[in-house]
Amino acid sequence: MSNPSVATPIANTIKSARSRELLKQGVRTLFLPLAGIAFFLLLWQLVAASIHTSLGQFPGPGQVYVQASQLLDTHLREREKAEQFITRQEIRNAELLAKNPDAQVKIRAYTGKPTFLDQIFTSLYTVLSGFLIATLIAVPLGILCGLSQSIYAAINPLIQIFKPVSPLAWLPLVTMVVSAVYTSSDPLLSKSYLTSAFTVALCCLWPTVINTTVGVASLDKDLLNVSRVLRLSPLAHVQKIVLPAAVPMIFTGLRLSLGTGWMVLIAAEMLAQNPGLGKFIWDEFQNGSSNSLGRIMVAVIAIGLIGFALDRLMLLAQKLVSWDKNAVLR
Amino acid sequence: MSNAHLELSGVGISFPTDKGLFCALQNVNLKIDQGEFVSLIGHSGCGKSTVLNIVAGLYQASTGGVILDGREVNEPGPERAVVFQNHSLLPWLTCYENVELAVRQVFKGGKSRKEMREWVEHNLNLVHMMHAKDKRPGEISGGMKQRIGIARALAMQPKVLLMDEPFGALDALTRAHLQDSLMEIHRDLGNTVIMITHDVDEAVLLSDRIVMMSNGPSATVGDILKVELERPRDRLELANDARYHACRSAVLEFLYAKQQRPAA
Repeated sequence: MSNPSVATPIANTIKSARSRELLKQGVRTLFLPLAGIAFFLLLWQLVAASIHTSLGQFPGPGQVYVQASQLLDTHLREREKAEQFITRQEIRNAELLAKNPDAQVKIRAYTGKPTFLDQIFTSLYTVLSGFLIATLIAVPLGILCGLSQSIYAAINPLIQIFKPVSPLAWLPLVTMVVSAVYTSSDPLLSKSYLTSAFTVALCCLWPTVINTTVGVASLDKDLLNVSRVLRLSPLAHVQKIVLPAAVPMIFTGLRLSLGTGWMVLIAAEMLAQNPGLGKFIWDEFQNGSSNSLGRIMVAVIAIGLIGFALDRLMLLAQKLVSWDKNAVLR
Repeated sequence: MSNAHLELSGVGISFPTDKGLFCALQNVNLKIDQGEFVSLIGHSGCGKSTVLNIVAGLYQASTGGVILDGREVNEPGPERAVVFQNHSLLPWLTCYENVELAVRQVFKGGKSRKEMREWVEHNLNLVHMMHAKDKRPGEISGGMKQRIGIARALAMQPKVLLMDEPFGALDALTRAHLQDSLMEIHRDLGNTVIMITHDVDEAVLLSDRIVMMSNGPSATVGDILKVELERPRDRLELANDARYHACRSAVLEFLYAKQQRPAA
């Protein structure tokens, strides 16, 4: 390397090889996905232009963008109105109290129409409630099935039969049961919310049950022997050995479950009239204005983006709790 | 007669297979004294591990039984700690926590929190692994993992230490290191040890007695060789020791002349 006439060309070759590698990486991670999206948008624009429906032309990317910003505007205006309402109410009440300290002041909540963003949040907490219920049932059930061959043999046929059932088949039953059981004159939770959450739970139970079962049943025999030599109690055995060992599989199941739950939710909300994204789409469809198709398309994209974000969040959680740092998770 | 520390009498075991009962072991008799280092050697599949697992209580003998200090062995327990061939550490716990799990389980109620911590650290020091106590098994080498496995077993303060080919998966140099460590520990603690091995040199170097097993099915104790070499033993000095070579050839002769190698 002391000879500059040789060293420089070698260094240059290495440098250019490195920059070529970097460029290749940049193309793969940035350029190609962007090119794919651009190509899709172009195709969408072309196809949309040639589809004419009774609600007008099928919306292209441009119209969808316009609708999206309108929905956001509406949300911001609505928020402003709500704030004004609350300030007015506070001023009025303060005046009343100033005149007569014993006055009974009334505080009313603002009852505006839920905006698109409100509906997104309704959808999110509905799906998370359903997912939570499912997890609370599925993980213990999966552990039991994984630990005991007999329990697995008893429950497996039920899992296999209920797993492929569509949410739309469950929904009428869930609706009737919720109406019959949840009778309160001053309901804290709306029935549509409960119906949607339970339907989500029923449908997203299965991936977690199955994956937890497999994770627990495939416990390394040597680790089982460690537990036996230490004479761990059944509870400690599950806590210290079984659960940690099964965590990667449990999370794989949970990720699949949340994905299923999010898909099920939209259908459930449409029929149960839970004020989330499903109802938004249904209302726009019934509404039938020239903007409706564009707005539905906004909802479709929002659903996709949120589903993607939820999956990434679960992946992040999985990476955080996973002890096997060498496992390739994607 | 009945004052043996650990006694296997008439131990046999059969496993059900598609073609009926398969008799793996038959009439294994062995008496082991307190503090003795015994190794089991034999061809693959001769039932060495099965003997160890029966002593551990992980398998139930079909006939005969095992008596440790006057009590019958019929379930696994920490007084017969096992060092597994592939270390069997819990991959989600650090080295310290792996040993701690055993210490907590064995000494709960008996030791204070501080005493437990000191005991865990003492055992990690014993195998020279204090420097890696906060690493996970995935981050250390195979030899280090086996050291932690030994520390975990020792931390249970077992009456008998059972080792199932503890160094089988290690390279020759690491194995030599660990053998030296094991001799040191055995000298200091005086545990009773039963070790399975494939390695004739390892058996002669470490053992007080070498139990040579005949081939299965219906394997049993073929011969027992007493290794009359004074301790501490040094592998370099032994290389030129005639008694060492006599022991070595005796084992080799048993394995390759008296016992036909089963079709591998």
